[in-house]
Amino acid sequence: MIEQLLFYVFAILTCGGAIAVVATQNVVRMAFWLVVSLGSVAALFFLLHADFLGAAQLLIYVGGTVVLLVFGVMLTASGPYTTIKTSPAEGIIGAAVGVMLLMVLVSSIGNVDWIAISGRLPSSPESPSAADATRKAHAEESLVNSGSTKALSEFNANQQQGRTVRQLGLSFLGLRPDRNLKEGGANGLAPGYFLPFEIVSVHLLVVLIGAAYLARAKRRAVSEDRVSLD
Amino acid sequence: MGEVGLSAYLMVGAVLFVCGVVCMATKRNGIGVLMGVELVLNGANVNFVAFSRYTSLGLDGQTTALFVIVLAAAEAAVALAIALNFYNNHLTIDVDRGNELQG
Repeated sequence: MIEQLLFYVFAILTCGGAIAVVATQNVVRMAFWLVVSLGSVAALFFLLHADFLGAAQLLIYVGGTVVLLVFGVMLTASGPYTTIKTSPAEGIIGAAVGVMLLMVLVSSIGNVDWIAISGRLPSSPESPSAADATRKAHAEESLVNSGSTKALSEFNANQQQGRTVRQLGLSFLGLRPDRNLKEGGANGLAPGYFLPFEIVSVHLLVVLIGAAYLARAKRRAVSEDRVSLD
Repeated sequence: MGEVGLSAYLMVGAVLFVCGVVCMATKRNGIGVLMGVELVLNGANVNFVAFSRYTSLGLDGQTTALFVIVLAAAEAAVALAIALNFYNNHLTIDVDRGNELQG
């Protein structure tokens, strides 16, 4: 009950913040409403039992990206074009197209039976009923595997309660403790995320260098003039 | 009040996505366009985490959402550097004035 109430509160805050971002013309107020919307999305992540993801959303988005955008507003909001307004006709056309797109999305969400679709996903040992059945069978037929099965059920219970930090960290190292490969995965390969993790780390380094290169101050001509004047 | 299911979270993601697309299309301020991109990525993230919770995907959705958050932060940094360069050259952030590459 309290979970439903929290969901409705944060869903309304998320959607209202997003709509206010679109409706506001002032850039600083847009940044404020973006903070409201992204913080409510983090709360929705907590409601979805993704605790580390909610914390990362708060830290990186609300604490990092939005602050970066506010600094961009501060660095670019001076001069003759402080308020850039959209013309009303463009706003009306955009709102109409947005409402139509939203209706398409909502009708398609409502028309799909997501439970039946998720049953057609590739066989995953993590689906609750199948996993429980196979786990019981394993426990009954062999006591050798009981250690790993116990660890698996423990990990699944952890994920049910939202403790996902250790699992996420292990999956970034290429280990998947929440999947038992002996129960027959796709083709027996460990579905870890070691390679994407390395690619993203190199990507962050490239972005760091590229952003510093792009945003550097170009004052060489001025300084040379000053040198010649001196 | 009914049980909160997958569809409710997908609705929230759809609203975020549509608001982001409209924000990207109608804002003339470059920083506003960046905020629209952030809204779109957050809508996708809500969908990822909702599918990770309500279907048998498990941890895969959360891992993908984490990658999306990291890539969005990187994108914001580079786009902000480009916006600062644009402001240095044009003395405005109005994207309608960036028409030098028009054919």
